[in-house]
Amino acid sequence: MALDDKIKQRWANSRILLLGGSAGSFKLLFKLVKLLPPNLNKTVIIIIHRKKNFFSEIEKLFAENSRMLLREISDKEPVMNNTIYIAPANYHSLVENAGFFSLDVSDAVWYSKPSIDVTFESVAEVYKERVTAVLFSGANQDGAEGLLKLRKKGALTIAQDPEDAEMTEMPQAAIDIHAAEYVLRTTEIFELLEDTN
Amino acid sequence: MKGLVSKDAISSEQLNELIDIVKKIHGFDFSDYTEASFKRRLARIMMLKKLEFYDLKHVLVNDAGFFQEFLEEITVNVTEMFRDPTFYKALKNQVVPYLSTYQHVKIWCAGCSSGEEVYSLAILLNEENLGKKSFIYGTDINTEVLNEARKGIYSLRKIKSYSENYLFTGLPGSLTDHFTMMYDAAAIHSELKQNTLFSVHNLISDTGFNEFQMISCRNVFIYFETELQYKILDLFYKSLCPLGYLCLGNKETIRSEAFRKKFKVINQKENIYQKIGS
Repeated sequence: MALDDKIKQRWANSRILLLGGSAGSFKLLFKLVKLLPPNLNKTVIIIIHRKKNFFSEIEKLFAENSRMLLREISDKEPVMNNTIYIAPANYHSLVENAGFFSLDVSDAVWYSKPSIDVTFESVAEVYKERVTAVLFSGANQDGAEGLLKLRKKGALTIAQDPEDAEMTEMPQAAIDIHAAEYVLRTTEIFELLEDTN
Repeated sequence: MKGLVSKDAISSEQLNELIDIVKKIHGFDFSDYTEASFKRRLARIMMLKKLEFYDLKHVLVNDAGFFQEFLEEITVNVTEMFRDPTFYKALKNQVVPYLSTYQHVKIWCAGCSSGEEVYSLAILLNEENLGKKSFIYGTDINTEVLNEARKGIYSLRKIKSYSENYLFTGLPGSLTDHFTMMYDAAAIHSELKQNTLFSVHNLISDTGFNEFQMISCRNVFIYFETELQYKILDLFYKSLCPLGYLCLGNKETIRSEAFRKKFKVINQKENIYQKIGS
């Protein structure tokens, strides 16, 4: 599928870029973080599954390689432009109407905390059509429902082509419930997000 | 453990309407709770109890017994023993040495839920030989979880996950050394229970009740709007002895300039503060 002008325009109009991933998406997200320009003129929010107590230095690794300002989400932190936020382990990350993050320690969703569903749904409520969301490789169904909610609110929703994903279940779950408006190969996703015109 | 997101979120108007009813009829003020997570809790209750928004309003007004259930479900009671093991390491290295200089150590664990953190502190203090001279008050808004806390009995499934946390703290032995094993559960040793007291306290409406060497209130502020956080920070400030310690959750940084002058940062990552001035 070639990228048409319509999808490019909607990406350009987005205020928020949501990236959700689990097993098999770390390397991709890492590469993507490296690639995004410091003047992207959007807020990037990354939700990646990981274990509690496994302080894998993900934030540090990402920060050292990012050209954008990169922070781990902290409670009541304002949602800033040109910044990448990473959802902390052992919390759900939410956004508030007034433009800041809030955290929640309630039960895991799909055995995951952070849960992609929780953040996606919350961003859908606040930013509606001004969002581009991508769901990458993963071994469970977290993120599909949240992506559907985003699509219903008019956001641009993309699933990584399962044929291209290390773990197919997560993007496939989104495709199965028609949550993904576009199913794109990894190279196409990168091409789109690199386009800053 | 499927997600509970399929239910459509209620609107901000509906939220305010509900908060108003609860305040007028039941005297609990949720108006300064963080909106997004509060909405999630409401959607969860509506799903668990199979209620539409209109029905939820109806039972809150007309069914006196329902409110206690509502209160139990609306507050988040997810907790763990030794949650954030690095926090306990920091306490051991940076706070306990100072606490040990006091003749008696009084600690307030605010928003203690089912007691896991109170007993984690009790174990830490015991290992550091402060057990006999310390006393821990655990408070929560929710009477049901306090009953659980008083029992100090946890399922083996929970103990297993708490044990992993314990290993990361670097404390000697294993978590189960502090428990008596039963068939499918474990009970905290009675000498650790001896110096604890659990009681109802509402951070939003109640005043201080003692002077403490340390207050721990972790992962409670995340549910409150900033203004309410400041009000409670003030309550904590007044409830601490000079140079007393305040521990917040590791994502709950004090941002206010005014309060940053009143609390010195002891450990930035773990959000451990010390009262300065008086």
